[in-house]
Amino acid sequence: MSAQALVNAEKGTSLWADAWVRLKKNKLALFGLGVVLFLIVIALLTPWIAPYGYEEQNLELGATPPSAAHWLGTDLFGRDLLTRLMYGGRVSLAVGLIATSVALLIGVAWGTIAGYVGGRTDAIMMRIVDALYALPFIIFIILLMVVFGRSLLLLFLAIGAVEWLTMARIVRGQVLTIRNQEYVEAARAMGLSTPRILLRHVVPNSLGPIIVYATLTVPQVMLLEAFLSFLGLGIQPPQSSWGLLISYGAEVMEDYPWLLIFPGLALSITLFALNFLGDGLRDALDPKASKD
Amino acid sequence: MFAAPLRRFFSILFVCFALSGCGQGESNVESGNRQQILHFSNGTEIQGLDPHVITGIAEHHVVQTLFEGLVVKDSQTLELEPAAAASWTISDDGRIYTFTMRDDARWSNGDPVTAYDFEWSWWRALQPSLGSQYVFTYFPIKNAEAYFKQEISDFSKVGIKALDEKTFRVELNNPTPYFLQLLDHYSTFPVHKATVEKYGKPDESYTRWTRPSNIVTNGPFLMKSWRLNKRLIVEKNPDYWGAENVRLNQIVFHPIDSEIVEERMFRAGQLHWTDQVAIDRAPWYRENAPERMRIKPYVGTYIYRINNKLPHLSDSRVRKALAMTVDRQTLMDTVLNNIFTPSYAITPPGLLGYQPPKTFGYDPNQARALLAEAGYPNGEGFPEMELQYNTSDQHRKIATAIQQMWNKELGIKVRLQNKDWKVYLDDEATGNFEVSRGGWIGDYVDPNTFLDMWVGGSGLNRTGWNDPRYDELILKTAPQAKTREERFAAFREAETLMMNDMPFIPIYTYSSHHFVHPSLKGMHVNVMNYHNFRDVYLDPNWDKKEQASGQGE
Amino acid sequence: MLRYTLLRLLQAIPVLFAVITATFFLIRQAPGGPFDAEKPVIPAVKRALEAKYNLDLPVWQQYTQYLGDLFKGDMGPSFKYPGWDVHDLILSGLPTTAELALYALLVALVIGVLAGVFASLKPNTAQDYIPMSLAMIGICMPTFLLGPLLVLMFGFWLEWLPVTGWGDLPGDKILPSITLGAAYAAYIARLTRGGMLEIMSQDYIRTARAKGLPEWVVVTKHALRGGLIPTIAFLGPAFAGLLAGSFVVETIFQIPGLGRFYVQAAFNRDYTMILGTTIFLSTLIIIFNLLSDLLATWLNPKLRSQFRGGAV
Repeated sequence: MSAQALVNAEKGTSLWADAWVRLKKNKLALFGLGVVLFLIVIALLTPWIAPYGYEEQNLELGATPPSAAHWLGTDLFGRDLLTRLMYGGRVSLAVGLIATSVALLIGVAWGTIAGYVGGRTDAIMMRIVDALYALPFIIFIILLMVVFGRSLLLLFLAIGAVEWLTMARIVRGQVLTIRNQEYVEAARAMGLSTPRILLRHVVPNSLGPIIVYATLTVPQVMLLEAFLSFLGLGIQPPQSSWGLLISYGAEVMEDYPWLLIFPGLALSITLFALNFLGDGLRDALDPKASKD
Repeated sequence: MFAAPLRRFFSILFVCFALSGCGQGESNVESGNRQQILHFSNGTEIQGLDPHVITGIAEHHVVQTLFEGLVVKDSQTLELEPAAAASWTISDDGRIYTFTMRDDARWSNGDPVTAYDFEWSWWRALQPSLGSQYVFTYFPIKNAEAYFKQEISDFSKVGIKALDEKTFRVELNNPTPYFLQLLDHYSTFPVHKATVEKYGKPDESYTRWTRPSNIVTNGPFLMKSWRLNKRLIVEKNPDYWGAENVRLNQIVFHPIDSEIVEERMFRAGQLHWTDQVAIDRAPWYRENAPERMRIKPYVGTYIYRINNKLPHLSDSRVRKALAMTVDRQTLMDTVLNNIFTPSYAITPPGLLGYQPPKTFGYDPNQARALLAEAGYPNGEGFPEMELQYNTSDQHRKIATAIQQMWNKELGIKVRLQNKDWKVYLDDEATGNFEVSRGGWIGDYVDPNTFLDMWVGGSGLNRTGWNDPRYDELILKTAPQAKTREERFAAFREAETLMMNDMPFIPIYTYSSHHFVHPSLKGMHVNVMNYHNFRDVYLDPNWDKKEQASGQGE
Repeated sequence: MLRYTLLRLLQAIPVLFAVITATFFLIRQAPGGPFDAEKPVIPAVKRALEAKYNLDLPVWQQYTQYLGDLFKGDMGPSFKYPGWDVHDLILSGLPTTAELALYALLVALVIGVLAGVFASLKPNTAQDYIPMSLAMIGICMPTFLLGPLLVLMFGFWLEWLPVTGWGDLPGDKILPSITLGAAYAAYIARLTRGGMLEIMSQDYIRTARAKGLPEWVVVTKHALRGGLIPTIAFLGPAFAGLLAGSFVVETIFQIPGLGRFYVQAAFNRDYTMILGTTIFLSTLIIIFNLLSDLLATWLNPKLRSQFRGGAV
């Protein structure tokens, strides 16, 4: 990193402005951004634009393949799959967003401090991470549900509270390499305060792996939500999520394949889009990569 | 520096997979048919082997192959046949049973099975510190309940007595028509005194005496091996008194929790018998391999318990309105794929000729009228209600459909809540529910097993419903009835009275539903879904006799 | 380095102690007890059972008693399978689960590292997009879907491999290993690619290239060392995840492993079994996190210096 970059970093704003300029050049990333925005808009508008009610059943109709009346077919209860996908998307996108943000916030803060400060602080913080890893997760969730009652927000927070552990380990590993880099030493030599060094130099320079892992966390939390809901610890019918739709679809994939294919597609497209966006962001934020 | 480790990973991986080889060998069913080895899916893993301690259907399957009580049921007619007892007599007042022991019954270590074994075993089962959960099986016996509750301490006052090696005498409180039936329940099986005492105190549960290497048994099969969560194998007992009629050489019990996994294993020829039918696969089998799916009536009823103590559910008109808007027939035809049959009372039809009353039907109009009378026209003012069920795919589907029926027909909003088994039990037992899924499977073939649980103070009632007249009919009138007609009339009056008050909502009558390989013979059909593995065999030539089908594979 | 390792092992003791204590008190807060059943248990029977397992004592006394027994190496009998001791059950499930997790990790490492390195060599080309898209699909694909799909394909349509089992029929270990490893392969591919791209833009790589070294030497000799650090930091948690997360795969393929005991124990309120498996798994997690930290340090020369000072 050059002195100029250090000065830029100190100015603070230019990193993000530069990143935006670079991101705009990355077509795939823009495409990903477009898809994600589109899905968010759909999710927000769902109550007004969904073709049917999400709990509206037609038992006699049962599971039917796609047709003019039901573009993506119907499920075992004769409910419109498109409608259920739209409503399920609201839950899945929300859990992806909220739980990942929670994991990101705690994980990055924890990992950065542990890695940068080092010594006894690092040892204690990372041993706490080890201990939390080891606690029986299902019991933990059952207890949360019993003590605080069942609410979606709590479920999201609980998932986020579990997912930050790995994030913390990864960030710490990254920070360990960064803190001995010349530019950090230079910043230290310039007499900058620790929080300032962390926020201006350490965190921005470990953003690459953080973003990559964050995009990996989104599908993970969506599937974790499905697993918990499946075990009876998550959301309740007739509400649904993409993960749950997929797990129900997996059970009947031989008889009613569309019940698996469409939810699977929805989840995959979202994750691809997020991923393109994540990669684009990573490249855009990485000042070194930009010089090549 | 990384090329070498990478190469090593690759070669390890390759060797691992190469060693395990590829391709499918002979299936369990093929090899089993050749060697008379039955591959039986037992649902869940069993908790243990001590007949006086265990509970559950899976446990029953295994323990019944290893031990033998005084009598055994014929698996076709459910009539009682001699087992460890060669014969018995009943006194004229119906209170004293005298059993004569079989001469050639042996424990697996060679000891004879005597009346003293039964006397000791039943004494053991009545020890409170043993913790037998089926101890009430003994309560028809004179002073047994008092002894168990430690109101008397002298066992000789209990009506259980070995007169000599060959004669076993049992005295009852009252003539109990179904008493003999109880004697083929595992809680009355004998255990081997010397073995039990070798590994612990007699009244101590779960000592090492039931370990596969230690256990001594008296049944048609012997314990061979047990690997938890994988398989439990029993093999034919050559010294069993009826050994010449036992045709299976081995039974392999597979513990499989998921009916979807069961179906896959069955389709791949790994199982002769599944514990359940995967409901969503039923239409496929009906179309393509109907002979491999067996669905028969079973003595059980699926219900929704209502918490009668809550203000909005204390009015029987509300409860009836809920019951009348469950469209059972449509539910069976669609979501449940006609595996079960609709039910409108607690007893299943045709138990020993007893027919339950039908006091109501599917009638949304009358239901709306009733709800309006109760002060909730079109559901207005009725609070949002929670329907709880323990986590299971099938319970979820039924609840999802019924939630919508109540909402559509009555305007009542219902919130579904699945709970893990222990939370569900806890909430139901403490009355922390509004509507809760439930079910009951008869312990014996008699309407009483479905009716006595609803009397006041019964631990299985849990609805808060109570009616003195009902209690009188069940606890006094019926037991003292002289004839079956009188007894059934009392039952019918009681059940009609209860269903008019609707403390719970009957949904459907259970069925036993299994995938069955056509080579499996002797698993007779009966309402208890009771099987005696002594009668079971495998026909290796099944496909030569019935050339018709084979598409199921 | 040795000193650091010993220090970490010493630190593991309070960690384990904290885990045991937290778990012990947590599970007793969950509603329902180990002996609750559908038929209400006769009070005298319930008292007898509770007395047998010391559940009638005050909780803190149960706790000290448990710790005392544990110190003597006795984890007590399982409540759900009362004829068996917890350590019997763990020992019966462990070899299977460890084998499964190991194969799955191998699958994940081989596929993941290769795909990640391959993709990072020509970023933003087809060589990058194709393996990364496959990796994305691997991540989206939950085990409860991938398992049955593979069974359907290789078990029923092609009839190449058995549909269930572990060590019963030839080839029955392949599908479970792939099912469990696939998601991790995908993560490792992504992390490897990210790490490699980071390193490939470093000055010392440019120096190596400028020296005219062939590209494969640059990659294997210089870049992989640093590029794999995020991956290796991930391996500890990954192995822990494989061990604890084998439940679904064990259920789908009827494998008698630890994962099923672990999850069933939680639902059965099998207190001793929950504690036993937790102690066991947390020990493994601590060890594997330590190993992956050591490996990451060894790969990163800049970090090694800190251990000489012993400042940890």
